[in-house]
Amino acid sequence: MATIKSPTVPLLTKYWNNRFLFVLLIPGLIFFLVFKYLPIYGLLIAFKDYNFFDGILGSPWTGLSVFQEVFSTPSFWEVFRNTIVISSLQFVIGFPAPIIFALLLNEIVSKRAKRTIQTISYLPHFVSWVILGGLFLQFLSPSSGPVNALIELMGGRPVYFLADPNWFVPVLVATDVWKSIGWGSIIYLAALASIDPELYEAAEMDGAHRWQRLVSITLPALAPVITIMLILATGKLMDDNFDQIFNLYNPAVYGVGDVMSTYMYRKGLAEMQYSFATAVGLFKNLLSFTILLGANWLAKKINDHGLW
Amino acid sequence: MNTVVHRTVRKKQTLGDRIFSGLNYAFMILLCASMVYPFLFIILSSVSTYDMSAGGFSLVPRGFTWDYYGRVLTNPDIFTGYVNTLIRTLLGTFFSVVVTLCMAYPLSKRTFPNRTGWTALVVFTMFFSGGIIPTYLLVKSLGLMDTLGSLILPELVSAFNLIIVRNYMQTVPESLEESAKMDGANDVTILFRIILPVCAPIIATITLWVAVWHWNAWYDAMVYISSPGNQVIQLIMRRIVIQGSDALTQMMDSSMSQNHISPEGLKAATIMVTTLPILCAYPFVQKYFVKGILVGSLKG
Repeated sequence: MATIKSPTVPLLTKYWNNRFLFVLLIPGLIFFLVFKYLPIYGLLIAFKDYNFFDGILGSPWTGLSVFQEVFSTPSFWEVFRNTIVISSLQFVIGFPAPIIFALLLNEIVSKRAKRTIQTISYLPHFVSWVILGGLFLQFLSPSSGPVNALIELMGGRPVYFLADPNWFVPVLVATDVWKSIGWGSIIYLAALASIDPELYEAAEMDGAHRWQRLVSITLPALAPVITIMLILATGKLMDDNFDQIFNLYNPAVYGVGDVMSTYMYRKGLAEMQYSFATAVGLFKNLLSFTILLGANWLAKKINDHGLW
Repeated sequence: MNTVVHRTVRKKQTLGDRIFSGLNYAFMILLCASMVYPFLFIILSSVSTYDMSAGGFSLVPRGFTWDYYGRVLTNPDIFTGYVNTLIRTLLGTFFSVVVTLCMAYPLSKRTFPNRTGWTALVVFTMFFSGGIIPTYLLVKSLGLMDTLGSLILPELVSAFNLIIVRNYMQTVPESLEESAKMDGANDVTILFRIILPVCAPIIATITLWVAVWHWNAWYDAMVYISSPGNQVIQLIMRRIVIQGSDALTQMMDSSMSQNHISPEGLKAATIMVTTLPILCAYPFVQKYFVKGILVGSLKG
């Protein structure tokens, strides 16, 4: 950057020379300022007793008292715990799943079989959680779903997958992996395709078997991609999947299934406790952002691959 | 050379290799079945007269009828929702793609002043946002409640798409533009005659991307849209299938004939009607999607 800029030309002149490009930038810029940065400014209401008529600026300041209220509400901590439990399970199982899937798919020799499997595995990614919610409601239903029909056929008792607190979280994790395993594997498959095949041939000549090839060629080649995806995934640790949970949960499983985003939605938009819900959101955002920065810093320390 | 090596290797397949390969195929088949069967079940359910699972696991419908589709397609709520979704998808995708392209182009130019700063401004929003309440209050105070604007504007440009397009534009060799400039082409001509044609694949990708997003979007409609006449299909479907709303009983009651009606069949037909455009377009768009991901993430 700095090398291209000539230091003698004043900044305004540079913008004038690029005025056509700057005009193109403006609509998008306005969008980001209005719809992305104004809401960030709107986070101020977490420190205010917000009411719509006084607006963001006019509402009276309350300092940190909204946060005190949030942190002393037992339901908040229940929701916080649920979010951490669900997100960490989805992370521990959902992060390696597409990598393993890509590695296994890579071992399939037939090109046609490979392409067919890929095409099928991307399918759930394109279907919204509203549709999948309706679909799983029928599919997992204890009275009319094929899964329970199969369980009964094998002599088991029907399971209330979506209404039993013991089953709800495993169902969330399983359906999440199911939806994202194929799509998530694309980037790893691309990285696998870019590995020089001669490396494998040489290893085979030397008598390296499958496992040795995996450990000494494939995994090191995937390391940069895995690192970046890992950092991004840690940034999402506090982000529960609102679309998924909102369409699958019901009062019977609130105890384990109510998470930060659904809580914010109910507190903020259904009960209109704007400041309270915003404080919960800000707390969540700050936590996510800190985790992301921490993971990025750590990754750079360990193997030099970071986001920035 | 390569083929020769491969052939000799394949001959030497050990028993372990074969077992691994067999298990691998078995796993893949099971996984694919788990992805296809739920959709197949809904398709079967939507045309079968009797409840699909009453007779256990099945691969054929139990009695055949188009009745459910007839009821779903003649339901006025569903029709309105379809039209609204179509409108938001067409307009929303158009504006989104145009603004994204306009913004990506300057950010792809090395000579553009403060390029890194403007890009950082965009990227920051990927990791930190105001969240649902401030966004809701903003939409409300802009007077967008219950309008098409509330479905199009708040997510007009996705930072992710923008970066992908910018990365793609950066791969266009600068010599191409310079030679055009030599020939006296101005910035506008360069953008329309050179940049956009070269970027056709990535434009197609994000167009489809945004279109699918709009088709599937429901949360914004749930929060911002209050009049039934402005509602989108996903939310109407949600009410019928997940909440079992009045529309469902309406459709159940509207039977002139004495045919057997199961609510499961009606729900399945509603799901199908909502999903069909995606399922039909899927084989075609799938390739573009994959390309887009690769271009954006690897070349970036």
